[in-house]
Amino acid sequence: MPASTFNFHPLEESTGVGWFQELQKKAWEQFSQLPSPGRHDEAWRFSSIGNIALEGFHQAPPPTDEQSILERSQGITPLAAQLVFGNNRLIHADTSNLPQGVILVSLQEAIKKHEDLFRRYFMKEEARLGSLKLAMLHLSQLKEGVFLYVAPGVVVDKPIEIWHWVQGNRSALFPHTLLVAGAGSHLAVIEHFSSLEEEPLLACSLSDVVAEEKASIHHVTIQDWSPQAVAFHLNTTSVLQEGSATSLQLHRGGHFVRSENDSRLFGKGAKSMMLSIVSAHGAQEFDQRTLQDHLSPEAKSDLLYHNALSDQARTIFSGLIKVQKRAHRTDAYQKVSNLMLSDDAEANSMPGLEILADDVRCTHGATSGELNKEELFYMMARGIDESRAVKLLVRGFFQTVLERLEEPQLKNYLQLLLDHE
Amino acid sequence: MNTLSIRHLYASIGEKPILEDLNLDIPQGEVHAIMGKNGSGKSTLAKVIAGHPDYTVTSGDVLLHGESILGMDPQVRARLGFFLAFQYPMEIPGVTIANFIRAALQARLPEGEELEATDYYAELYAKMDTLGIPRSFTARSVNVGFSGGEKKRCEILQMMMLKPRCALLDETDSGLDIDALKVVASGVNALRSSEIGMLVITHYQRLLDYIVPDRVHVMAAGKIVLSGEKDLALKLEAKGYDWVSA
Ligand SMILES: Nc1ncnc2c1ncn2[C@@H]1O[C@H](COP(=O)(O)OP(=O)(O)OP(=O)(O)O)[C@@H](O)[C@H]1O
Ligand SMILES: [Mg+2]
Repeated sequence: MPASTFNFHPLEESTGVGWFQELQKKAWEQFSQLPSPGRHDEAWRFSSIGNIALEGFHQAPPPTDEQSILERSQGITPLAAQLVFGNNRLIHADTSNLPQGVILVSLQEAIKKHEDLFRRYFMKEEARLGSLKLAMLHLSQLKEGVFLYVAPGVVVDKPIEIWHWVQGNRSALFPHTLLVAGAGSHLAVIEHFSSLEEEPLLACSLSDVVAEEKASIHHVTIQDWSPQAVAFHLNTTSVLQEGSATSLQLHRGGHFVRSENDSRLFGKGAKSMMLSIVSAHGAQEFDQRTLQDHLSPEAKSDLLYHNALSDQARTIFSGLIKVQKRAHRTDAYQKVSNLMLSDDAEANSMPGLEILADDVRCTHGATSGELNKEELFYMMARGIDESRAVKLLVRGFFQTVLERLEEPQLKNYLQLLLDHE
Repeated sequence: MNTLSIRHLYASIGEKPILEDLNLDIPQGEVHAIMGKNGSGKSTLAKVIAGHPDYTVTSGDVLLHGESILGMDPQVRARLGFFLAFQYPMEIPGVTIANFIRAALQARLPEGEELEATDYYAELYAKMDTLGIPRSFTARSVNVGFSGGEKKRCEILQMMMLKPRCALLDETDSGLDIDALKVVASGVNALRSSEIGMLVITHYQRLLDYIVPDRVHVMAAGKIVLSGEKDLALKLEAKGYDWVSA
């Protein structure tokens, strides 16, 4: 990944302010100095990153077909608000139904109009699961994004929907999402990452989710990049005292997709639920790295990842539960399950535990298995064709993850989406 | 016409022969019972008829309404009207009862035709009510976390929804309390007609008080060794199996 692939153009003076450009400049320096990730790094073990060409992409130009983008941005109804980005530019915003106390603006507007608030939360957590170089690339190239802040006590009772579209051959995209649920607030957000065409692209997205004291946030992402996409999704979640964050990621698209999810339980009694569904086909590779970092007592984290692998698809999971010294009475669970639908598919799982506190309950496990033949026979004995029975069983395998999602509108939407696969 | 005809059937699992020269005819409209010791091959017979891939039929034939079904896939046999209520119904995580039965009915429709959802649910709920299955069960995963009795009721629900021409109930009565037994029996009796033939496998004469059979057969070491009227069941209950000469 030579630095020459990208040039450095920070946000214009007129839009930005000094501190932001300073950050971007530093990020560019760091990006240029850091070594490229490779299989020799523990954080990239089993990954095919070495064979993935990262050259020849360019910052996506303005989209040529805004009309199609808007027409295809049909997700959940009813919504509290919708933002649509095409090639990193905000092309549609409907925020008129948002309750008082909710700020939902583009990154450029956040810098201009909500500087102090935005600055308090912007990129506070370092990427530490292997992709610091990519996080720095992201920051240095950043042009637009989402800033959502919900004031303390505000309940947003319908989901907020965000679309990130990409169009054009060899476009590079840097979606940025910062979601902050203030103390005692409730928030549900669904983000789509979608390609208008089936062209090669590079996506390097970064999202930071913050649930403050007693806040609750549900964050669903649906990744549907083009089959030729190389994508990095770097996510951090921070939960304060008695706050609760649930994330569910549905990965369908892409050629090589690296997803990092770093959950930090800062406050006593904080909760983080981490869910993922991967449907891997063809020669797709999904590389997932996670951290459940317990920094306070009585917090709970629960990770459930289900991967279904067909053809020659590959998945990699490496996850760590880390219980820090003072995090007594921690509850932490981690479960990865790989459903092998083809003999040529390959699943690698590396679950891990590091416990420095007392009186903790932790379990972790990884399983890989084929479809249960007796279940298949049972369905066929009812008259269901084998191919349909396989689909139903795979759908059931995904459904057991969806069942964990407690936000009814997001859950219903995902169910319908998967039913129509 | 026989609903089911089994002719000199030999079947094995791996190298191990289990059914050996089994013969049985169930005329249309009749209900027959099979009793027999544990391990005598009753469930093997059920699975061979259903088309389980682990069993190899080495010779003989199975005819459903006069048509040989041995070369057919399980789903084809089911769509021809064969139904097996499993001794041990499978748990299917994440697939709801409603979606499961719906898929089974949909599979019976011609290409391009969609099952009518409103009628389907109306019928499903009505049948669940008769069987005393709470309606909330439609949203539960098939058999996951069900009690033994709930699983058996759910098998009967599937049978009532799929309306087979030939039904084989493998120990559907095992593990049922007396009330559940009556409910299950009434479900079976509701289906009973001159059109269909049924075979019930059971260890208990008690079931046959509710589902009165036309014939009772005794199975031992992979074949039918004795057949008689319904009072044969009483005799078996009283004297056990040892007097039956294999
Ligand atoms: N998959 C298998 N592998 C090896 N042996 C098998 C297998 N399935 C069945 N058998 C054997 O075949 C014989 C018949 O089994 P089957 O389940 O048909 O008996 P059954 O009459 O239904 O018994 P029960 O009354 O206990 O249900 C048994 O000895 C059993 O161990
Ligand atoms: Mg049996």
